[in-house]
Amino acid sequence: MSARAARSHLDRPDILAHVIIWIGILITAFPIWVAFVASTVDNQAIAQAPMPLLPGNLGWQVYSDVLGVGGNNRTVGTPVALMMWNSFVMAMIIAVGKIVISLMSAYAIVFFRVPFRSFIFWMIFVTLMLPVEVRIIPTLKVVTDLGMLNTMAGLTIPLIASATATLLFRQFFLTIPDELVEAAKIDNAGPVKFFFDVVLPLSTTTIAALFVILFIYGWNQYLWPLLITTDQSMTTIVIGITKMIDTSGGPTDWNRVMATAILTLLPPVFVVVLLQKWFVKGLVETEK
Amino acid sequence: MERKVFFPGMLLPYALLAPQILIIMVFFYVPAAQALWMSTLLQDPLGLSVQFVGLENFQIVLGDPAYRQTIARTMFFSVAVTVCAMVPAVLLALMADRVVRGATPYKTILIIPYAIAPAVAGALWLFLFNPSVGVVSYYMGRLGLNWDPKIDGSHAMWLIIIASAWKQIAYNFVFFLAGLQSIPKSLIEAAQIDGAGPRRRFWTIIFPLLSPTTFFLIVVNFVYAFFETFGVIHAATQGGPGKSTEIMIYKVWYDGFIAQDIGRSAAQSVILMAIVIGLTVLQFRFIERKVHY
Repeated sequence: MSARAARSHLDRPDILAHVIIWIGILITAFPIWVAFVASTVDNQAIAQAPMPLLPGNLGWQVYSDVLGVGGNNRTVGTPVALMMWNSFVMAMIIAVGKIVISLMSAYAIVFFRVPFRSFIFWMIFVTLMLPVEVRIIPTLKVVTDLGMLNTMAGLTIPLIASATATLLFRQFFLTIPDELVEAAKIDNAGPVKFFFDVVLPLSTTTIAALFVILFIYGWNQYLWPLLITTDQSMTTIVIGITKMIDTSGGPTDWNRVMATAILTLLPPVFVVVLLQKWFVKGLVETEK
Repeated sequence: MERKVFFPGMLLPYALLAPQILIIMVFFYVPAAQALWMSTLLQDPLGLSVQFVGLENFQIVLGDPAYRQTIARTMFFSVAVTVCAMVPAVLLALMADRVVRGATPYKTILIIPYAIAPAVAGALWLFLFNPSVGVVSYYMGRLGLNWDPKIDGSHAMWLIIIASAWKQIAYNFVFFLAGLQSIPKSLIEAAQIDGAGPRRRFWTIIFPLLSPTTFFLIVVNFVYAFFETFGVIHAATQGGPGKSTEIMIYKVWYDGFIAQDIGRSAAQSVILMAIVIGLTVLQFRFIERKVHY
């Protein structure tokens, strides 16, 4: 630490660093701040250019409006609270599902001498190269044929397979010493007991780190829900917000759109800020 | 590395693998194969009959000047997003690495956009740049710059570039900072004793040691710009005005889902698939290097 402090002393004062970081923070925060201000004023105040840059007098009025009723135009009848609930359920199922399924696959690949082990591993690995974007129409057709349109299962199950998480758990499981497995065998502990007593406790930080990333991944899904949800009661919040913006030239209720934007970004931002340490670890490790 | 001690049994491991295998077969391999197959079929306009046409869809798609324009547009967009997201990120990471006091709250704020959905980022920046109510466009107008992404295609293009880059700076920042913090401080101190100034130290020590991270991030940012910016575009410009912000992924969705031109959309899917495979191979080659150095 002292060496680092000395380093910056020798060069130039830290003022430059602070100034640049503050510019970065301003650029980061400005759009969010403007959205927040817009969500606390009426639409006339927004239309009066330039709109105010300090919160207005409507307080939480717009928020309770959108949570209970939704937008004014195309999303009438879809309260934001419902759409947020859909997003939350979807994100949780995707995050937990991906973790469980990947733990299971990695455990089978690492701790058992399964025939075709490396073939199976490659099969999972190659799915990295098949994102939903490159197989839109046929995947949609499969989901339609299975009767999964407009269902939570259809929203989540096709996204639950995870090459990245499987790779990460495999990597981690390979570092568990053979002696532990031998000890378990001597103690007559089977693979299931070994998993719950040894492997799972050792994996908790990896699981936590992955959870942060996967929850955000799930919550922020866009193309897939856009394809398979046509029913308003199944709409997720990220889709809902785009539907509130009128692109045909009609008036947009910007205060409602911005209140919805703030509500949409709060849960994933909250998760990142709260679990920042795990998030950074998880991000850097999943990409390795 | 390989394990030497295993648990006996066949049934359990296959049961454990079954859910993942089932999902990737049903939702990945079968649809991907169908995309390949569909890309060789031509449907008549009424949808009554289907005909095998071989590579004709590819010929049509790649021969279409509009599609070539889309490719050029996608390239421009991807390079612009990558540069606009990486340069500020490396600068901020260098500064954050220097600041000792108060660094943590700074970092917390700077990584927030990572958590924000692309579509929300699109909505936020659309609001700022909206010609009638936008704050930024108002002040730009005061400066004599008329900014209207609803009419001007290049304005719309910059709107989606800025929104996409704004979100991605956070990701790059995390990686650059991790890269910087893994550089041994003794190296930098040694250079300092030898009288190397900060600029010289950056170009001769920090920059070369950061290059594996940089290459890796270039690939990741390209993948992001190619595939994950759909939400930004759908929320902010819907590909317009005209087709001026329609990048490849947006066109696949539009042609297949809205225009229902299945064969050509599938051919475009296959082209995109080839691009992802190329980028993934690149990514893993660079990671190999990262491991070795």
